[in-house]
Amino acid sequence: MRVQRWTRTSKLFTGATLAIAVLLATAPLVFDPDVVQKLTNLLILVLLAAMWNALAGYGGLLSVGQQAFIGIGAYGTVFFAGLGVSPYPAMVLAMLVAGVISVPISFLALRLRAAQFAIGMWVIAEVISILVRLDQNLGAGTGISLIQLNQYAPNFRQAYTFWLALAFTFIFLSALFFLLRSPLGVSLQAIRDDEDAARSLGVRVAARKRLLFVLAGFGCGAAGVLIGANTLFIEPGSIFSVQWSAYMIFMVLVGGLGTFEGPIVGAILLFWIQTTFTQGGPWYLVGLGATAALFALALPRGIWGTIEERLGLRLLPVGYRVVGMKSEETTA
Amino acid sequence: MTILNAVVQGIFLGGFYAVLACGLSIMFGVMRIINLAHGDIAVLGAYVVFVIVQSTGMSPFVAFIVALPVMIVLGYALQLTILERSLKSGILTPLLATFGLSIVIQNLLLIRFSPDVRSLGGDAGGVTTSSWQVASGLSVSALGIVILVVAVVVFGALHLFLSRTRAGWMMRATAEDAEAAELVGINSRGVYARATALAVAIAALGGLFLAIRSVFDPLSGPTQLIFAFEAVVIGGMGRLWGTLLGGLALGVAQTVGAQINPEYSVLTGHLLFLAVLIVRYGGGRLSFRVAR
Repeated sequence: MRVQRWTRTSKLFTGATLAIAVLLATAPLVFDPDVVQKLTNLLILVLLAAMWNALAGYGGLLSVGQQAFIGIGAYGTVFFAGLGVSPYPAMVLAMLVAGVISVPISFLALRLRAAQFAIGMWVIAEVISILVRLDQNLGAGTGISLIQLNQYAPNFRQAYTFWLALAFTFIFLSALFFLLRSPLGVSLQAIRDDEDAARSLGVRVAARKRLLFVLAGFGCGAAGVLIGANTLFIEPGSIFSVQWSAYMIFMVLVGGLGTFEGPIVGAILLFWIQTTFTQGGPWYLVGLGATAALFALALPRGIWGTIEERLGLRLLPVGYRVVGMKSEETTA
Repeated sequence: MTILNAVVQGIFLGGFYAVLACGLSIMFGVMRIINLAHGDIAVLGAYVVFVIVQSTGMSPFVAFIVALPVMIVLGYALQLTILERSLKSGILTPLLATFGLSIVIQNLLLIRFSPDVRSLGGDAGGVTTSSWQVASGLSVSALGIVILVVAVVVFGALHLFLSRTRAGWMMRATAEDAEAAELVGINSRGVYARATALAVAIAALGGLFLAIRSVFDPLSGPTQLIFAFEAVVIGGMGRLWGTLLGGLALGVAQTVGAQINPEYSVLTGHLLFLAVLIVRYGGGRLSFRVAR
């Protein structure tokens, strides 16, 4: 018996992932601006799904209020740009602010469990949304344009935003990947599997959850920054909408809660649905809600979790596997 | 006087929140789950009453009695199709499943009834317009009194049901320890289904009051859920009478906040809720007591 982390498939796939990231970086040079804008949307979905999964899949924290950080990211950009900071540095600043604000929020929110946490986060998002609505400088309830971005020609602006999206997605997914592979990651996966058992074995559950919460605060803030930059207009009703949570829950549940690859699969699926049913509308949301509920009830490990379970497949090596000496392929 | 008036109006508003929150409190007390579609079910109830009023022209109060069996059947169906399955698999599953259900209900209502804002205030007759001047700057509306009285009656009836009837004892026993209750011959499936049916029926009553005292649209549900949940938490989760008091406290917080600045109304309610969370769960362990 020996313990194995890398398999041939996962070596190949990790290499392929890096190659895809490099290839994606050339997208603005190759594709039309509207394709680039769509790809930015895809990256935003991947980032959101990965962050929600970090919370729910590894920390057992089901948040219906991550739109709080999305909104802080988007409005933070407007705020810093209004102070005269150049738009793209303003975006990075706004992402950092969202992450820093998540620290004090975590001290309140992480006292709560399950439903209290879920709705508590929702109320926190509502409070931040109301505070924004009360601020005339941020456009109050009617919204505000990111006029500072008009200084760039549209195709350059879309290219810059795409590169920022690629950088954010790469940074946050890598952060999660290396976090899960570190000794900390083992304790996180232990919490995912059984919180009480992990605690009884001496895992500092509260500290680990805080780490995930703050990571998700930075990550959702980054997504909010990108949403603002990609749509150029922010309005509290939509940026603080609970619909973001619905999208995140859909992507993660369908892709595979608590797997690294699953949320990416879910994000690609939601992206495909959004581009196919462009008119959107209520039937499309009925479908999303019903699918999410069905997956929660009938296929809780999602598409990717089920594939992993059946085939013993690991594309990105975040865990370990025990390999018997006789056969290289059996997973014990 | 204005502050006194704000407090009085808050108590009346709180009666409405207590009715909204009652079903949520029952389901949490009995099954330890929070139904994230609770607000949408209340709004669905309002639409069922709305349809009956539109097609028959009867008073919304009578229409509610007609709608009640429909809602009770819906409650049973909800338990047997979704909640029962979700109860078996961890604490997150009921939240995820009911969140999905919430989106489905909202958008089906949107498809059927369009995003138009509706109200049943005009159909409810004189009760929505009468009010009495008690003192200068202090008046009470008939509707406020009706809702508050109904709220107290609902909670009182539930108290009697839980403390005096056999079905109530079975519900308390199951809430305390479902497995032990099974051992003495109580069918927990049946108890859970009854609790959900009761919760859905009272949610519909909340929906009726929402429709009469203000306006509603297909997306009103989430706000109602948040207010209901805040009332439950402020009053202490799992404590039935606490939910009534929590509803009143939330109502008073909102009207007193509105007195300072109309835009602060909802905000002060949220802040009271967060303050209660900080004080109650400040490092201590959570303890859940069931309705007695």
